[in-house]
Amino acid sequence: MVTGWHAANLRRASLLALVAVALVASFAVDLATGPAMLPIRAVLLVLTGQSTDPMLVAIVQQLRLPIALMAVVVGATLGITGMVMQTILNNPLASSYTLGISAGAGFGAALAIVLGASFGLSDDTAVPLAAFMFAALACGMVGGVGRLRGATPELLVLAGIACLFLFQALLSLLQFVASPEALQQIVFWLFGSLQRSTLSKTIVVAGVLALVLPVLFADAWALTALQLGDERARSLGVRVDRLRLRAFVVVSLLTGAAVAFVGTIGFVGLVAPHIARMLVGEDQRHAMPAAALIGALLLSAASVASKAIVPGTVFPIGIVTALIGVPFFAWLVLRRGGAT
Amino acid sequence: MRLEASNVSVRFGTQYAVANVDLVAEPGEILAILGPNGSGKSTLLRALAGVQRHAGRIGWAGRQTDIGYMPQDSASRAVLTAFEVVLLGRMRSLGLRVAAEDLAAAEAAMTEIGVIGLAHRRIGTLSGGQRQLVFIAQVLAGNPRALLLDEPTSALDIAHQLGVLALLRDISRKRGLTTIAVLHDLNAAARFADRLALLRDGRLVGLGLPADMLTAQHLAQVFDVEVAIDAGSDGHPSVLPLRAVVR
Repeated sequence: MVTGWHAANLRRASLLALVAVALVASFAVDLATGPAMLPIRAVLLVLTGQSTDPMLVAIVQQLRLPIALMAVVVGATLGITGMVMQTILNNPLASSYTLGISAGAGFGAALAIVLGASFGLSDDTAVPLAAFMFAALACGMVGGVGRLRGATPELLVLAGIACLFLFQALLSLLQFVASPEALQQIVFWLFGSLQRSTLSKTIVVAGVLALVLPVLFADAWALTALQLGDERARSLGVRVDRLRLRAFVVVSLLTGAAVAFVGTIGFVGLVAPHIARMLVGEDQRHAMPAAALIGALLLSAASVASKAIVPGTVFPIGIVTALIGVPFFAWLVLRRGGAT
Repeated sequence: MRLEASNVSVRFGTQYAVANVDLVAEPGEILAILGPNGSGKSTLLRALAGVQRHAGRIGWAGRQTDIGYMPQDSASRAVLTAFEVVLLGRMRSLGLRVAAEDLAAAEAAMTEIGVIGLAHRRIGTLSGGQRQLVFIAQVLAGNPRALLLDEPTSALDIAHQLGVLALLRDISRKRGLTTIAVLHDLNAAARFADRLALLRDGRLVGLGLPADMLTAQHLAQVFDVEVAIDAGSDGHPSVLPLRAVVR
């Protein structure tokens, strides 16, 4: 029987390896394609240090590489946060949207855009910083309610939806009073885009992810037990309310860090956990890395698609993830008979 | 692991679900808690398991982690195999790499309960009875010194009920476990338990040997039911319900 357990784990590891190979392939294609229509050979020469053409080096190293890396890092972040959110809220529809975290970030970004450089910071710094701060504020509001009244999934979802409506209303107000230029910038941010990625921004998001992963993995078995319901988890020694609040705060901050730089990218955080469950089940030691890898693959593939729809044009990636992802997800769920 | 509970109360708002209950249970002993719906049986068990806030004193002669508590059966949508569910019974020792000792304990518990054949089935695809057996295996996998079971056989057919209760009795005796189970079946309780605790409206109405507790007077007082009692040639009384008594 133990042999069967090991065989099942080997099968899961093989599936994850396949996803990882697909991710590497998608990353390579993402690097090799773009509006500049560079030949693949030229890209390879730059990557291997054999080309010194400043134009080529700038396109590949300062534009394509940060975008391709950011797609992987943010996709992984959205995948893993979606998985944890769905687990702690016992809700297959949960994602960073559900609890108003993304709405908080959206309002923060819009506020920074409308106020402009009034705090002496450049747009490039002020917008992500404000987005992260307001994502953290949304997290603090929802988490505070959970701490005061008990962190049940129902209460957190209700507090999150209230938070969502609050920040959406405030965002609408800002859009109403914003200048046409600022409004255009806000709308573009809300679409979600990887185009402003830089290596340093990617490193920040990757750093937050690296800091948070050990915390989440330390709770892997407790999160797995939570799938059986609160009472059974308690019977197994899990301090359910504390676990839920801890995981919520951790993934909210992680989400805040990711959306701060790229805007609100929907769908990946919702669908990656579902695909991960289909592939490896809900043992969180496998499910969290699976959701991260699948999230990374989805966003990387969406990044490729965003350049391929109309050659020479890069579509905002948030639009692409929804347009391509939703029919794909519907097909996946219908094929499985809704077994997720 | 001896239990000594005194003056235990649990209040929801202004309503007492459990009121001033005193209870002692010894290692190797099996105590069944009986009572009508809403009498506070599960709440008392949850308080004894340490997962329900309460007033009064609940003293176990051991660590909280030595208590194996199995809540009432409920369906699960978790995408976990039965083996993974049983393995969770070892949660206190599980790491990211699962030790051979934990795998062996889960396998032994499933074999003991007779559900090893279900090991790789998803928990959501099992019948209620199979699921209940898997959760019994889960609680045993943790090698507890006290077993607190909330209606452990409610979803089982009669043969499995008898088999599982006999098995739990053997395990309790062999390992010297203090076992407290909420049961609905009075006759099963009479055969399974050493002593019975009768609850009504959160209060302990009686605590003693099955023959002393399963009397027409006690059962009318606790369950509002008129019964015929057969003392039984094997020392276990049998209860035949006749009619409900309208108060």
